Amino acid sequence: MKIGVVTFPGTLDDRDAQRAVRLAGGTPVPLWHADTNLHEVDAVVLPGGFSYGDYLRCGAIAAQAPVMQTIIEKANQGLPVLGICNGFQVLVESHLLPGGLIRNENQHFICRDQILEVENTSTAWTNQFELGQHITIPLKNGEGGYIADSETLKRLEGENLITFRYVDVNPNGSMNNIAGLRNERGNVVGLMPHPEHAVEAGFGPDMPAAMRSGVDGLKFFTSVIHSLVNA
Amino acid sequence: MPKIIVEVMPKADLLDPQGKAVANSLNRKGHTEITAVRIGKRIELHYANTPTEAQLEEAKTFAADFLSNGVIEDVVAVTVEA
Repeated sequence: MKIGVVTFPGTLDDRDAQRAVRLAGGTPVPLWHADTNLHEVDAVVLPGGFSYGDYLRCGAIAAQAPVMQTIIEKANQGLPVLGICNGFQVLVESHLLPGGLIRNENQHFICRDQILEVENTSTAWTNQFELGQHITIPLKNGEGGYIADSETLKRLEGENLITFRYVDVNPNGSMNNIAGLRNERGNVVGLMPHPEHAVEAGFGPDMPAAMRSGVDGLKFFTSVIHSLVNA
Repeated sequence: MPKIIVEVMPKADLLDPQGKAVANSLNRKGHTEITAVRIGKRIELHYANTPTEAQLEEAKTFAADFLSNGVIEDVVAVTVEA
């Protein structure tokens, strides 16, 4: 399975996302922001970082990049797309997911191992999780406060589109403890925390069993491969 | 230089941390009559010739869907400055 990982100017975690794809058994394909051709990939990851220096608004300029026009078109036809951190910001700026992300409530950049509850497993990126499962993956952002108007929030709750919620603490003031969302079809998922940093024992978050042993992020990538194989 | 000026402000009901920090600093300097500060953006679009009505309309469109994000911001003015 070929999984594209987009690099915008200022992207930070593209190499980690490529490594996560490889560890899950897929073949990572680097995609460049100026590409309009997706090189026949079966899915796309929009990784974290500071695309275009976060100029104008986080993710706003990346949402206008040539590669995004093709990704938006294909995502609307069912191509699996995962947006991580800045990638989530790009997804909301592209209107592939609703709402917006603003500066963390406490004004600080946050970097911590974060527990999330998996609220929806009917997506291309979460089908290998158990419903209600708690997972631990790193969170690192300055503008991760999720907001939406009350009508949108009601729809997100009613249509079961909230895919991950923060557990124990709400680190950034996100409404309804929202950490991640999916679209109606379940092919597009975006979240602020970083699954690609929790894919290999020895390099993941600290877990009760052992330091740096957390690999909960790997299931995002095995999920998409599972959904593609069974498509 | 003829310009179109786009002014964008954070939505009134959202916390504006930048404005709050500046308000606190002004208050500390003794300007206690200032009750709040809000900080937005002024975006200047430069044109070779005075913008036409159609160009102004075009600017209003991309001001709303690219220069600002309606979820968190409001476009408060789009004006021609000859």
